[in-house]
Amino acid sequence: MSDTADTPVLRTRGLRKQYGKGEVLVRAVAGVDLDVASGETVAVMGPSGCGKSTLLHVLGGLDRPSEGEVWLDGRRIDRLGEKALARMRREAVGFVFQGFHLMDELTAVENVELSALLAGNSPRAARRRATELLERVGLADRAGFLPAALSGGQRQRVAIARALCNEPRVVLADEPTGNLDSAATLDVLRLFESLHEAGHTLVIVTHDDRIAATADRLISMRDGAFVDETRLAGGTSGKLGALAGLEG
Amino acid sequence: MGRVLLVGRLAARSVRRRAVESALLLLAIMAATTTLTLGLALHGVTDSPYQRTKEATAGPDVVASAGPDFVPTSDGTVVDDEGFRQPAEAAVVPADIAALEELAEESGVIAHSGPYPAIVADLEVDAVTTEVWAQGHDPDGAAVDRPELTAGRWLEAGGVVVEAAFADVLDVGVGDRLALNGDRFEVVGVAVTAAALPYTDVCFGWVCTIFTAEEVINPSSPPVPSTARRVDFESFPIPPDDAGLVWLTEEDLRGLASEQDLLSYVVNLELAEPAAAPAFVSGHAASGITTEPVLLSWQDLRDAYRELVEVRGEVLVTFSWLLAVLGLASVAVLVGGRLADQTRRVGLLKAVGGTPRLVAVVLLAEYVVLALVAAVGGLAVGWLTARLFTDPGAGLLGSAGAPSLTLATAGVVTAVALGVAMVASLVPALRAASTSTVEALADKARPPRRTPWLIALAARLPAPLLLGLRTAARRPRRMVLSTLSIVVTVSGIVTLLAARNEIAREWEGPSQLDPDAAQVDRLLLVIAVMLIALAALNAVFVTWTTALDARHSTALARALGATPRAVSTALSAAQVLPALAGAVLAIPGGLALWSALSDEAANPPLWQLLAVPPATVLVVAVLTLIPARLGGRRPTAEILQAELAR
Repeated sequence: MSDTADTPVLRTRGLRKQYGKGEVLVRAVAGVDLDVASGETVAVMGPSGCGKSTLLHVLGGLDRPSEGEVWLDGRRIDRLGEKALARMRREAVGFVFQGFHLMDELTAVENVELSALLAGNSPRAARRRATELLERVGLADRAGFLPAALSGGQRQRVAIARALCNEPRVVLADEPTGNLDSAATLDVLRLFESLHEAGHTLVIVTHDDRIAATADRLISMRDGAFVDETRLAGGTSGKLGALAGLEG
Repeated sequence: MGRVLLVGRLAARSVRRRAVESALLLLAIMAATTTLTLGLALHGVTDSPYQRTKEATAGPDVVASAGPDFVPTSDGTVVDDEGFRQPAEAAVVPADIAALEELAEESGVIAHSGPYPAIVADLEVDAVTTEVWAQGHDPDGAAVDRPELTAGRWLEAGGVVVEAAFADVLDVGVGDRLALNGDRFEVVGVAVTAAALPYTDVCFGWVCTIFTAEEVINPSSPPVPSTARRVDFESFPIPPDDAGLVWLTEEDLRGLASEQDLLSYVVNLELAEPAAAPAFVSGHAASGITTEPVLLSWQDLRDAYRELVEVRGEVLVTFSWLLAVLGLASVAVLVGGRLADQTRRVGLLKAVGGTPRLVAVVLLAEYVVLALVAAVGGLAVGWLTARLFTDPGAGLLGSAGAPSLTLATAGVVTAVALGVAMVASLVPALRAASTSTVEALADKARPPRRTPWLIALAARLPAPLLLGLRTAARRPRRMVLSTLSIVVTVSGIVTLLAARNEIAREWEGPSQLDPDAAQVDRLLLVIAVMLIALAALNAVFVTWTTALDARHSTALARALGATPRAVSTALSAAQVLPALAGAVLAIPGGLALWSALSDEAANPPLWQLLAVPPATVLVVAVLTLIPARLGGRRPTAEILQAELAR
């Protein structure tokens, strides 16, 4: 739908997600209202088990809410069937996971073009797009490498390139630097910053203050609910490395 | 196009990445497809050698033979040395030679040879004593049926020519000496003929009806002529069920008979229209009187050779179904293990926009590809190795033709391969495709099933058995597949034991004199090896899959004080328990299969049946030793840490 400033790319109302019943009922997400504007970077922070990842899964259509509404790009997605959700994920959402989730048997470029091929693009067009993206994330020379031959940071950059392959409306990142050392974290931070500058909409779930500092808005979560929300300037400050304390 | 490329790429890479598992899968399906191809390809392969031999030997279009009979002349009976009741008084009615001679004059007959006398004689050579059909023949060659010499020279007085297949198993050659009814002869030649049923079914007279089902089933005795002479029962040569063929001069042959009335006679006929031989035979159908001529067309003789090989084909087709079931169990275990390993892959595919259908297609594609490769491989290996089982023996000229590989055979074999792969993988693939994306991405270990009574029972057992029983009970489907694999294998082994026992029982003569039995025996051995090899692979793979699957619980057990040895024993026990159950179930299963396959109900000796369960348990215990040992020694901390990281 529209990409106007008035219409949020992502929107939730009264969003709840719970598991189990009776005494073992777990409220992973307990009534969340969220609007994410186009081009905005939102960081969600909170302790382990507070519901951050569950929220991200529901936002991206990987999981269904128990109650409430989820709108993506003006379209309500919480009632979509499995097939329509798959198509929506393919066309409108890019995921970046903590564990990278690359296919071990595919090379970097083949991993990146995966979603483009799934979307029905021709092999030639998919390869062209994947190559461009690998250049953008600085891995053009690693296109033919299997994930096992790449470092953690390089794998995550391949995963980010894959997330961007179909030009999604929103990129959802779940602890993208959780498995990385400081140097690799800096690489990924820079990449997210460039995505932000390029106008991508990002929702990043993280434990890491440094990556949260790059966002436009920081949301704190506890026991499934939003408990605090702060507008930041770090995301557009251009002082990412210094702010994060990663550069000397 | 892009999706097709993606599915193909993922299937190919997955196969390459898990090369050993893929090879096992391929092997499991190929065992069935190869055996099935072999079974289906053995049709008509001996036709060419028979035609060649017929042309080279001026073979007859119709062979007519008649023999004498032994007719009781009173109701009284006596019991013979072997305990059989025999007539007290009997007379010999000689073969109806006149009827044979009339056949040679029939319209449509353009040439003939004979009547030649023939008799059943006792043959002694080296340490072997057996019965043989001795036939008189023209020393100068005949218009019809001129046996083609493969060694030596044709007949002369005091010399004998031995039919090639018979000479082969007797291991006699030119210059050897043998005795017929006590008279010594020199082997002067070895020859092939197209005028007799294949060794060991050589026959003349009404006994041929045993080998040709269309002929008289209940022969009736001829009227006893007034000139018939009463004879001592012992002196009457009873035609044997299994015999070879030798040729002598007519004069020498007659010298073998104590009475001329005891001789059978053979006439070889050439027809103007060889294709009409079956019509000629049915036009002169035996009346049922045992001394009248029995006719065999050249097509009957050709089909007898064909049947020799086709019996092997039937055995192969039957066992190919067993191997297909075993392959199914193997593939199901492999697929189960592989799909459990691919859970995260499923999650990823779904996360990046793969629909459940596409995910199912991706998962199934590699099994379809492997099944197709197994079908092609099975067709190729089956076709190439079919020659090992198509040997018509030395009785015909040249080797068997190429086995027939028709489109129908290829279709059946491909369908079986695809069927095995699809049946084994469809349900797990669909289940995996419908898994929640989040759960698949998390790839959590599947929680074990709780079976309270089993847990209570296991609590009373020693630690390794306790762990083994609970490990086995964690995955009931896998336990059922393991048991099924053992049931199929051991049923096959029991059936093979019964078959070998039957072969040994049916063939009363020296076992080395039955080349067909030797061929079937070889075939059974090959099948047994395939069954055991597949089951062994299964046992090893299931143990390894179980070790991987139970890594968390066994690591916990070790953290709580279980020794690596106790864990290894538990992993072995988890396989041995279903193996024991399978072996016990397989004994009635194998006997039921045997009774369905054979008219004879002769079971293997009891000791063999009783030895099956302990032998099975022992073999499975040994096979699972190494994977269980490796599984039991994996570093505990590493496993627990890995589980935590999930």
